[in-house]
Amino acid sequence: MDMNAYLSMFIDESNDHLQALNENLLKLESDPADIGIVQIIFRSAHTLKGMSATMGFEDLASLTHEMENVLDLVRNGKLTMDAFIFDVLFKGLDALETMVADITAGGAGKADVAELLSSLKSIVDGSYLAKDAAAGTQAAAKNENGASADLDEFQLSVLKQSVESGLKAVRLDIELEDSCVLKAARSYMVFNFLEQHGEVIKSIPSVTDLEQEKFDKSFTVILVTASDEQAIAEGAGNISEIAAAAASLLDEAALEALAHPEIPEAVKAAEARTADVQAASSAAAEAKRQTAAASAPAAPAASRTIRVDIDRLDSLMNLFSELLIDRVRLEQLASEIGRTELSETVEHLSRISGDLQNIVLKLRMVPIDSVFNRFPRMVRDLAKNLNKKVDLVIVGADTELDRTVIDEIGDPLVHLLRNSLDHGLETTDGRLEAGKPETGTIFLRAYHSGNHVFIEVEEDGRGINSEKVKAKAVENGVLSAQEAARMTQDEINNLIFAPGFSTADTISDISGRGVGLDVVRSKILSLGGNVSVESKAGIGSKFSIQLPLTLSIITAMLIKLGSEKYAIPLSSIVETGILSRDSILNVHGSRMITYRNAVIPLVSLGSVLETADFNEEEELESEYLVIRKGDKWAAVIVDDFIGQSEIVLKSMGGYLGQIPAVSGATILGDGQVALIIDPNALFK
Amino acid sequence: MGEELKVIVFALGEEEYGIEVDKVKTVERLMPVTRVPKTPAFVKGVVNLRGVVVPVIDLRGRFGLEETESTDQTRIIIVRSGELEVGFVVDRANDVTDINTDNIDLPPEVVGGIQAKYLRGIAKTPQGRLLVMLNLSEVLNKNEIVQLEQMEA
Repeated sequence: MDMNAYLSMFIDESNDHLQALNENLLKLESDPADIGIVQIIFRSAHTLKGMSATMGFEDLASLTHEMENVLDLVRNGKLTMDAFIFDVLFKGLDALETMVADITAGGAGKADVAELLSSLKSIVDGSYLAKDAAAGTQAAAKNENGASADLDEFQLSVLKQSVESGLKAVRLDIELEDSCVLKAARSYMVFNFLEQHGEVIKSIPSVTDLEQEKFDKSFTVILVTASDEQAIAEGAGNISEIAAAAASLLDEAALEALAHPEIPEAVKAAEARTADVQAASSAAAEAKRQTAAASAPAAPAASRTIRVDIDRLDSLMNLFSELLIDRVRLEQLASEIGRTELSETVEHLSRISGDLQNIVLKLRMVPIDSVFNRFPRMVRDLAKNLNKKVDLVIVGADTELDRTVIDEIGDPLVHLLRNSLDHGLETTDGRLEAGKPETGTIFLRAYHSGNHVFIEVEEDGRGINSEKVKAKAVENGVLSAQEAARMTQDEINNLIFAPGFSTADTISDISGRGVGLDVVRSKILSLGGNVSVESKAGIGSKFSIQLPLTLSIITAMLIKLGSEKYAIPLSSIVETGILSRDSILNVHGSRMITYRNAVIPLVSLGSVLETADFNEEEELESEYLVIRKGDKWAAVIVDDFIGQSEIVLKSMGGYLGQIPAVSGATILGDGQVALIIDPNALFK
Repeated sequence: MGEELKVIVFALGEEEYGIEVDKVKTVERLMPVTRVPKTPAFVKGVVNLRGVVVPVIDLRGRFGLEETESTDQTRIIIVRSGELEVGFVVDRANDVTDINTDNIDLPPEVVGGIQAKYLRGIAKTPQGRLLVMLNLSEVLNKNEIVQLEQMEA
């Protein structure tokens, strides 16, 4: 069978399962007692194991197999999750992700997982606890009620049946002499002796561990026998180098207690109370099951979706763009020809293609969750490394964005989150000193507003030290001291995005900010977006990213400059108007106009674009449009307005490189190319 | 024995030039060109080549020759080199011919005012015509464009 045909499906599904594993493991970490989550995790791991074994990825399969073993114990209540197990499982997930990534890149998915496998195995056989215990007291293995001797159902039923049929269930605690050298041999002799008198049901630690001397100096055996328990204890005690052997008879209640180690006191204390306790605990369990049932249907609600190759969506988009250009051309022709039937048909065509456009654009929209979903894990790991306590609160993960934007936005967000976690939030001590809650909070928000999507990373940390930023900016030559003195607090804070700040030694100097933030900004700008920061010293900082909804079709205002036509994205135009030339003010050599009680700069598009056949100075009145970037405003003088139009963004090819004030090109209805103006570049 | 090459023959003034056929996408008649501001003078602008926006440069301007008025013989040769797709405005383009790589000689220092580094060599056609073969990657070299821009500024 040719496996390649299934490879892409395998990769897709593996990634889904890995993501589910990651999410659920995080959920479980916050609520370790919820067996329902363990079940989900177990199923994901199991499916993953089956898939990778089928595809022949041995390492992947063997690692998932061991992880599955651990989870199996947990879901059957034989193992309680603790920090060590969580860490090993998370590491296992990381290894799985690396392997799948390798397979995606065309590799064989091989990885050295021996260490992880042995960690997982030590969890399964319980010996990792022994390692911990060895450092501490030795009492654990000697405890009286045998809470650690949790039996599984099979062993329990064997014991119960034996007791019912008149045999005795005996618990034997054996202790070796301190000087004992061959511990394995001695324990073997004990077992040999016990086998002669009855049947060993269970030993703690396991027989394998005893044989490998993976125990300190005492072990416990539960056996079924017809002989007298004291005689057995005596016999065992007579074996050389055995310091002590104590036997105790196990009645039914004691057996029950062994099987359910979490409620042994209740059982032992009073039979009557047992019922209450059990009722209470089952009521609690029932309540939990109900809440789980209430939340469960929402999660796995199988959405009716199909997987489509991204290339096909892209070519659909390209074809649609062609159609759109022809539509505009048809509209133009219809209005020139002026026949009613033609106009009506073209109008209908326009409406349908408008609907089609909405659908095509929606097809390419992806919930930003596909970017956000890896952050909880990343923040958890980073917080652990930095020894900080952090809550990551994600709001609006269902906000949708164009796939092209989604693909690009991940890295800048990782950068901002790391930055907030590393430099924004104080250490735990620092927070307590500042009178803040020990656990810091990072908000990650996404929401739509108009034609834009906003993503915010906000943290309640120490904020930006503007004075230091200012000093550093002057020192690095980003701006002069006079300029710095004139700037507002916000303007200064936004200096941390300047390229001059990305030097390593500023990490600790300027409240830690500014590592590669210029990279973040240039990335966002290249997506047609914008990034800014607001910060209050001692209270926290908020990074806001503004992004366009889509990068392929936009609504634009078409304008004329002499014989040339240009497009300006409608999203940054505030209004249009006409002004008479004599209302232009001259302030310190720059031209301004008054606009709604404010004075805003006037930009001549003709001179910015070096137009040959348009000179606004010859006009008595000029058309202008007001554009806006954040809280900055400017008026742009143009020759004439043509009107609004949907335009398709086209690349101008690599040869011309970056052209100032031009963000791209589009093809107009008449087949001519028009350049798209980048309004942000018109602000000085 | 050298390989046989098919080349498109085009002219700048009296001189004839050749570009390998496999580097040429199409040859177009002159079409409306949209000017792109803040680019070197030899960049004429961009054209709509069946839905794709392609930059067009005047080969005369690129080689520092005097630019001339366009005629009905003027053609745009769309060439492709790696990821780049660029149109060359030339005076005429009206022939395809075969040459043998053995018949390509190293170019002299300057041919018709064009520096040798832009040229692959001088080829002799079976009919005895001389063709100046272009070194396309050097003609499209972007580093040099940057230098040119700086010189102009």
